[in-house]
Amino acid sequence: MVDIPNADELIQIDRTPGKESWMDVPPDLSEGRFCYPAKPKTLEYLGLPNARVWSPSDEDWQLPPDWQKIVHEGFKERLDKYRSLKVFMDICVRCGACADKCHYYIGSGDPKNMPVLRAELLRSIYRNDFTMAGKILGRIAGARKLTPQVIKEWFSYFYQCTECRRCSVYCPYGIDTAEITMMARELLNLLGLNINWIKDPVANCSRTGNHLGIQPQNMVEIIDFFCDDIEEITGVRPNPTFNRKGAEVLFITPSGDAFADPGTYTYMGYLMLFEAIGLDYTISTYASEGGNFGLFTSSDMMKKINAKMYHEAERLGVKWILGGECGHMWRVINQYMDTMNGPTGPKMEIPKSPITGTVFKNAASTKMVHIAEFTADLIRNGKLNLKPGRNDHLKVTYHDSCNPARAMGMLDEPRYVLQNVCNNFYEMPENTIREQTFCCGSGSGLNTEEIMELRMRGGLPRANAVKHVHDKYGVNMLSCVCAIDRAVLPPLMDYWVPGVSVTGLHELVGNALVLDGEHERETNLRFEPLENAEGADE
Amino acid sequence: MNQHLLYSLAAVLVLGLIGYAGGSGMPYLFGVIIPYAAMVLFFAGFAMRMLGWVKSPVPFRIPTTCGQQQSFSWIQHSKYDNPSNKRDVLVRMLLEIFLFRSLFRNTKNEIREGKVVYNLEIWLWLFGLIFHYSFLVVLVRHLRFFLEPIPALLKVVEMLDGILQIGLPGILLSGFLLLGAALFLFARRILIPQVRYISLTADYFPVLLIASIAGTGILMRYVAKVDIFTVKQMTMSLATFSPVVPEGIGGLFYAHFFLVCVLFAYFPFSKLMHSGGIFLSPTRNMANNSRAVRHINPWNPKLKFVTYADYEDEFREKMIEAGLPVEKKE
Repeated sequence: MVDIPNADELIQIDRTPGKESWMDVPPDLSEGRFCYPAKPKTLEYLGLPNARVWSPSDEDWQLPPDWQKIVHEGFKERLDKYRSLKVFMDICVRCGACADKCHYYIGSGDPKNMPVLRAELLRSIYRNDFTMAGKILGRIAGARKLTPQVIKEWFSYFYQCTECRRCSVYCPYGIDTAEITMMARELLNLLGLNINWIKDPVANCSRTGNHLGIQPQNMVEIIDFFCDDIEEITGVRPNPTFNRKGAEVLFITPSGDAFADPGTYTYMGYLMLFEAIGLDYTISTYASEGGNFGLFTSSDMMKKINAKMYHEAERLGVKWILGGECGHMWRVINQYMDTMNGPTGPKMEIPKSPITGTVFKNAASTKMVHIAEFTADLIRNGKLNLKPGRNDHLKVTYHDSCNPARAMGMLDEPRYVLQNVCNNFYEMPENTIREQTFCCGSGSGLNTEEIMELRMRGGLPRANAVKHVHDKYGVNMLSCVCAIDRAVLPPLMDYWVPGVSVTGLHELVGNALVLDGEHERETNLRFEPLENAEGADE
Repeated sequence: MNQHLLYSLAAVLVLGLIGYAGGSGMPYLFGVIIPYAAMVLFFAGFAMRMLGWVKSPVPFRIPTTCGQQQSFSWIQHSKYDNPSNKRDVLVRMLLEIFLFRSLFRNTKNEIREGKVVYNLEIWLWLFGLIFHYSFLVVLVRHLRFFLEPIPALLKVVEMLDGILQIGLPGILLSGFLLLGAALFLFARRILIPQVRYISLTADYFPVLLIASIAGTGILMRYVAKVDIFTVKQMTMSLATFSPVVPEGIGGLFYAHFFLVCVLFAYFPFSKLMHSGGIFLSPTRNMANNSRAVRHINPWNPKLKFVTYADYEDEFREKMIEAGLPVEKKE
């Protein structure tokens, strides 16, 4: 692991581009600047090509012999399959509005992290291979030949994009770099160029049903353990069921929440909520992953991993699916799932809250509801007994996760929940929230340790906005609805804004929620003593 | 000076001179053949590009949502930034096309004393808007050369364009605004280091071309004063497909005319096709309703995935031991 500079040094960022053409600048592939590649074993399991031992710092990447042909044909195939790619290759006017919208550009000053230039990395090859001007005029037309260095550059910069879509908000033509990065990563995958932090979860998810490789008996144990904790804290023990046929609702959430703090507290919040309202639900050990690292690999991989949700819902005979807090999971569910793996089986119905009777018409076809929507509806209808005063020691702000914000538009539901479960809520500056929200800096499979400096750089704008409300209002808790956020924001906060912790929305719900028959709480879900908590708001 | 800028300046200069000289040397070529060829290239090329894009399907519903989704009646839905039906998509598209809605959100930021600071950046939006609208007015005004009698609406446009009522002939705002906005866009391309770094010949060339077209037009109207009646005689003959090339139209006109032809011919093969492409951008022209209405992917592949049965086969013993229900006991 490479040491990273301290925060005061890291923020000295020079945005002046170099003198020479960007086409002549080689990518920096020294240790600490790249994600480790996938292991041969993993690629073989997934049936992906060119499995071998290699490192991005090697001179020779052991590309397949006909690699140029593979890229050319792969590119052509995708141009024919995706209008988005074709249009986005052609219509950019390089106005530069996107340039400083990327968190990696703000944090690194590297011109190839400007979304426009990231796309040009691909466009230059597109022009060379598929346009007449590019073929004839070459560099004058902004075209260049596909060389091993171009492939290295792609690997470097398309794994410095978190597919957060912030740039696409400002683009006058809606050019979406996420779409371009997804295509580039598919092309790289054809050559066997992929990263372990994405491929391992994908392989795990295929085999065990979840990214972390939690086997069925362990999943039961983990959740049992959460129930022990809840019982100790509240005196009430939730009784979740697993793989139970005939349940009304199947609950699916990212496995990260079962695995590590502070996501575990969010999971406890879910269990407490379901207990409080007496929801007829079950958890599957097979479809035990809400997230989908296939999204960061290829559309085929995304589809295969996502297919388990409907497959399991059908087998169990549930009426609808309730989804937990996760960012990219909701991009897949909102924009891909029904198209890829729908329509749903005949037993599924338009989601209807059994507690409030609310019909979720906006999920009529996918039959999958976000838990923030579900809980907001419960609160609105007065179905939850809440003591927000229990969260009074917290000054909370809210981080909109990229995908729920820009690939769904779920902005006010979580805010409504927050305002009902805590009394001190402060928004970050408007340029940094809602559709303009900044990525955590570690999304799209880049939440790996070996690129910690890059992650701290990418997270700078987010952290800086948190710092603003930390300094101004004393904010000490950053809430979010994303499992990757819960894993990566704590180190980001420790680095840039010490003194701010991270929580999921439903951890705050769990703390405020009064369960029938519970005893007086002495601690919150983190086993931290509640000072004046009980009834503080009354 | 970078090569992209150099090539573009040289190209526009040479093209202008070719037009200037061509008018006196080969008036029929420059007055008839090239203009017709340019128009054919423009229309055929434009249609070909649009068809080329439309040929590729839209497999997924991928709008960029820029506001609150439609969910509950008690949560204010941001209808036009996150449309959920075709009507609201249409409004979103109209806002994009006529008001550059997304670009209006633009800000700029810098890091000052350890803080990321966001500042207003209205200029690109404003000059972009001026550029496009003044170009439109100039185009509409030029219809006077191809129509007889001149429609009343066109006269209204001309009247508004000359509303300042300064000078003789009266100043028409659009030409100057077009030139000014084009020069602004050019200047920001060379003055902002990041924008200069990303700029290609394909960026400098069209803006310089349009600026020279505006410049030569202004020269003709206010300074060199071409014989407008002869010009109209010629343009009307082109419009009625009975071309004649009158004597005595100056080289300046031919320079202007040739640059316009180059613009039309170049248009479909350039980034100027953003004018057609914007209609087809899937992040803007689709409703965010894919949870409510299933979107169909025409090439949706059938793929083998790890089914529950596969999973149970692998973990059956452990599942039984953990007390989990199984489909098959053995």
